[in-house]
Amino acid sequence: MTMIFGIPLQAFLGQLLIGLINGSFYALLSLGLAVIFGLLRVINFAHGAQYMLGAFAAMLMLQYFGVNYWFALILGPVVVGLFGAFIERTMLSRLYDLDPLYGLLFTFGLALTIEGTFRYLYGAAGQPYSVPAQLAGGTNLGFMFLPIYRGWVVVVSLVACIGTWLLIEKTKLGAYLRAATENATLVQAFGVNVPMLLTLTYGLGAALAAFAGVLAAPIYQVSPLMGSNIIIVVFAVVVVGGMGSIMGAILTGYMLGIAEGLTKVFYPEASNIVIFVIMAIVLLLRPAGLFGRDA
Amino acid sequence: MSEMTQTAAKPRIERSATASRTYTIFVIIGLAALILAPMFFYPIFLMKLLCFALFACAFNLLLGYTGLLSFGHATFFGGAAYFTAHVVKEWGFPPELGILTGVAGAALLGLVMGFFAIRRQGIYFAMITLALSQMFFFFCLQAKFTQGEDGIQSVPRGHLFGFIDLNNSTNMYYFVLAVFVIGLIVIWRFINSPFGMILKSIRENENRAVSLGYSVARYKLGAFVMSAALAGLAGGLKALVFQFATLTDVAWQMSGEVILMTLLGGIGTLIGPIFGAGLVVTLQNYLATSDFPVTIITGIVFMICVLLFRRGIIGEFYASRLGRKLGFEHRR
Repeated sequence: MTMIFGIPLQAFLGQLLIGLINGSFYALLSLGLAVIFGLLRVINFAHGAQYMLGAFAAMLMLQYFGVNYWFALILGPVVVGLFGAFIERTMLSRLYDLDPLYGLLFTFGLALTIEGTFRYLYGAAGQPYSVPAQLAGGTNLGFMFLPIYRGWVVVVSLVACIGTWLLIEKTKLGAYLRAATENATLVQAFGVNVPMLLTLTYGLGAALAAFAGVLAAPIYQVSPLMGSNIIIVVFAVVVVGGMGSIMGAILTGYMLGIAEGLTKVFYPEASNIVIFVIMAIVLLLRPAGLFGRDA
Repeated sequence: MSEMTQTAAKPRIERSATASRTYTIFVIIGLAALILAPMFFYPIFLMKLLCFALFACAFNLLLGYTGLLSFGHATFFGGAAYFTAHVVKEWGFPPELGILTGVAGAALLGLVMGFFAIRRQGIYFAMITLALSQMFFFFCLQAKFTQGEDGIQSVPRGHLFGFIDLNNSTNMYYFVLAVFVIGLIVIWRFINSPFGMILKSIRENENRAVSLGYSVARYKLGAFVMSAALAGLAGGLKALVFQFATLTDVAWQMSGEVILMTLLGGIGTLIGPIFGAGLVVTLQNYLATSDFPVTIITGIVFMICVLLFRRGIIGEFYASRLGRKLGFEHRR
């Protein structure tokens, strides 16, 4: 058997794949956080809850309406995105003139409410969501066994990340968004409906989180707690990357996911704290974050 | 330096004589109520309330007077609970030494966490403290001395100074009350000291404080350690009251709870967090018997507070017509 650093190659690549999968979710979520923060100056604590809502939307739509995975992948984000837009319009938008910390506290309360409600309705235990038939099984790549669904997640999340990046960097809507980030008043003076833009951005961010949630449903168990477990790690990712750049958020997400996976191979006890340790080191060496511009 | 602290100390004198008289009367009524309370309420409930009130006041020292939102205060509260429980149960420390160990441990944790967190401001500060506190949670989950999911159970309360039996709940209550009052006096002294004045100036305008020549980072770290130590005092006390220390105390939900208490009572008011803690603890006790989860209520109260009354109960009272008539002017 091939060995690498005294570890069987199979185990090494397996953990690398798991790291890549986790990294995909970190990237998708920190991307959404960065997009929302860029324009709204709000750290969306409810991002984890919206991710969880996406997974639940997929599961419940299957249970009650027989909606399959493929439709859920579109409908889930749409539903959660609309919910996000509603929250932004009715409540969050009242907080923009205040200290950004209030936005964080508000979305924290929102996250608690959503999580508590789902815990009350469905219990804390996870529920399975099966892999769609088209993506079931796996292939032998010769050096390792690759479950097809996992490969699919890596590819799709990469596509979604790049798509969002293109949307923001290359389209007219994205240009409006970036301009409003720099100077909202001026953009409004040019006749752009900035409040609508803000609503759209929050909705888009929530939809991205929900998209990650639907993708995650067949891999992790669908549980009310899945959101709060991941959001704190994603915060650390965001601190490491700095929220100045979209691409930075994506890259940091993948990098830290892989770092976590590799730690699982070499020193399993530290695997759930390695990202926090990396965060601490980055804070010492580059306080503004790897890609950050603002303090 | 002394000239500067003189100027910084001025607002203290501005508070009208009516307000300080009203304040004194309130403090006396409050103390009398707390001394008589065990005749009317279940002592464990009261002790829980006092522990959390102290915890919230310690937290408010940081948020209300320095403007730093820590999302990781559970580390100091729960960490101190573990330390106290461990030394009292395994090493046979007397209660007063046990609590001091908890305070020292919490201060040390505060020094480490503060060292990293003060490198960033505002929202990043909150996220860093949350992440580091989650790291400490995982440490407690895996470390041997915390005994994992079980926690440290049946911690002996022991004899205070060797002769006051704390197993007697009346004795325990007055011990908790005494520590609570001492904690509040320390906080009051701290925020009214030159150090506290500089903290307020950092809260109001950090760049200005820097340009005046203050080493802002050092002051922030000092406030952070102080707040952590006092949170540790509350945590150590709590470990003795309930005779156990568990993972619940170090979990992020606990950090959220203390934020809610402070927000609900009034950020930046000395007594607000006490009322906030009282309301939250009462609510939890009330809901403990039903199967309706506290989280939902907590979350909704959070949203309502942020949207509708950010000044909190005491802050709103100060700003109300009655409050102004009594001589309180609302700041912040």
